[in-house]
Amino acid sequence: MAAAEQTVEQVDLSRSTVRELNQRLHDAADGGPQSWRITHPNGLHAIGAGINAPLELEIDGHVGYYCVGMNKEATVRIHGNAGVGLAENIMSGTVTVDGDASQSAAATGRGGLVVVRGNAAARCGISMKGVNIVVEGNVGHLSGFMAQKGALVVCGDAGEALGDSIYETHIYVRGSVAELGADCIEKELGEFHTAELTGLLAEADVDANAADFRRYGSARKLYNFNIDNADAY
Amino acid sequence: MTDERTESIGMRESALFDRNVIHEIQRKAREGIYDIRGFGAKRKVPHFDDLLLLGASVSRYPLEGYRERCNTAVTLGTRFAKNPIELEIPITIAGMSFGALSAQAKEALGRGATAVGTSTTTGDGGMTEEERGHSEKLVYQLLPSRYGMNPDDLRRADAIEVVIGQGAKPGGGGMLLGQKISDRVAQMRDLPKGIDQRSSCRHPDWTGPDDLEIKIGELREITDWRVPIYVKIAASRPYFDVALAVKSGADVVVLDGMEGGTAATQDVFIEHVGIPILSAIPEAVDSLKELGMHRKVQLVVSGGIRTGADVAKALALGADAVSIGVAAMIALGDNSPEYQEEYEKLGSGAGYYDDWHEGRDPAGISTQDEELGKRFDAELGGRRLANYLRAMVLETQTLARACGKSDVRNLEPEDLVALTIEAAAMARVPLAGTKWIPGLDGKTG
Repeated sequence: MAAAEQTVEQVDLSRSTVRELNQRLHDAADGGPQSWRITHPNGLHAIGAGINAPLELEIDGHVGYYCVGMNKEATVRIHGNAGVGLAENIMSGTVTVDGDASQSAAATGRGGLVVVRGNAAARCGISMKGVNIVVEGNVGHLSGFMAQKGALVVCGDAGEALGDSIYETHIYVRGSVAELGADCIEKELGEFHTAELTGLLAEADVDANAADFRRYGSARKLYNFNIDNADAY
Repeated sequence: MTDERTESIGMRESALFDRNVIHEIQRKAREGIYDIRGFGAKRKVPHFDDLLLLGASVSRYPLEGYRERCNTAVTLGTRFAKNPIELEIPITIAGMSFGALSAQAKEALGRGATAVGTSTTTGDGGMTEEERGHSEKLVYQLLPSRYGMNPDDLRRADAIEVVIGQGAKPGGGGMLLGQKISDRVAQMRDLPKGIDQRSSCRHPDWTGPDDLEIKIGELREITDWRVPIYVKIAASRPYFDVALAVKSGADVVVLDGMEGGTAATQDVFIEHVGIPILSAIPEAVDSLKELGMHRKVQLVVSGGIRTGADVAKALALGADAVSIGVAAMIALGDNSPEYQEEYEKLGSGAGYYDDWHEGRDPAGISTQDEELGKRFDAELGGRRLANYLRAMVLETQTLARACGKSDVRNLEPEDLVALTIEAAAMARVPLAGTKWIPGLDGKTG
């Protein structure tokens, strides 16, 4: 097995289909190559969706929608940009995008870490449920919408309606926030949160000082319906 | 409900401002909020009761009830899936969430469905071990909230249902009030205990049919193209929505009429949005036929299905199967007279109780209260549901045989007439005793 683990399996998506690749990646949970290099992704959708093993993937180029959707355990690096729904509903593992990510990056993610070296578009971390997200650039509007758990770190600026209807996710922003969403407020960056943020920046290999960030979270006024808050809905 | 005052001469109740309307105005003035409730539409809309089946006589041969077989089996998901779902009866159990229902009730739904060879469906709260363990065929819903969504459950599901809409609230999201958020529900949904859990009305990672096609592609990849993908839509514009669902790659379209039930929705939504299932089926079938996909993409319809007569008429209009929710809950024991006294304490009564969102269901079905939940016997509930389903199937077969059909899905619109002009126009079958189908400009269908 040692020899197999060291071998990097090469898959050229200009010669192989996504279906063939994904089946092989799924089968790898029962043994086989653990390291993979995918070339010519050419914006194809659902590359690596449903991986269920601690594989290592390097993807050379731009990927389409739902790249490594629902990932479990795999460590994935995309040397390019990612389309809509990058690592949606990720369960565990780490996904890093060298370029930009389109809408709904890490949507509903329940665990693991997603790192975007460039910018992430609208709805980054929408309905996130435990995933940690680090974006080195900016995030678009409605990022962290209905975010439930986990942390969203934005090293650049955040668009409108940040954290709208947020639950318990921790949001950290170094740059400006165009507008906070309903029930999202600025909160003190205390010891616990500074430590959490410092750890996430280190894990994402981002050179930044936690003290330069501001923290946002839920005012918890919409947690139980109150008619006096009706204008917030 | 009547009382002595309705019989009194000189006290005339307004048709527009009847007692229910007045009560609701007074309640809104007091509380400042719309009414939220469970159940389905309570207003009268054109329904299957407004249709009749034409039994065989001289021009048609009936089948002998106790000797000649009448097939009820149906296969769903034959378009793309490696493993379509084989059902022994054309009646399935609709999606109802753990959270809205107790774990025992979910188990009972699985037990009842499995006993008669049909499927049950998860809901907006993920898959519980109880229902997976007791459901031989389980459909796993992918909803906008994605509460509890995970790839392991996707892979152990027998089908996946992408929920776009619900007949009780087309265009609406959901709400599970804090009082029903137990430790277990909270843990499954990744939210704190005791807070209202809102479900959004749009999916978080796709918008529109082009995206939906890609999303379905992702689900197929995750499950290695093994299981069928259903797309559930609320009946509002079924002709277009069915076409788009088919275009997006659905194996099965689930069409839920405005009569369909809900665990918790605004009353104004339940009663005023969407169209009756009677009017939606012909539009959906038209859409499928125009695409050459009728019977290739199976059509499952729901919304107020109560009897074998409803099933037979839905199938005759072109559905492949039906789905039940409210009726299944009643079969389990909801609204049972056994709890009349307790329903009265809640300001309701057996047969009227619809505050499923409050979590105080005396029958232990629409609750997360442990003590109330213990009242409900999942084994007994499962047997009741199985009995009810068997009775419905017998009714359906009885009617199909009477129309000369050896398979319940051989029922056809030609076997139907309508009792009212409205039903004739909606179902596109002739008004009884005439050849008139209103709206078809003299054509006879």
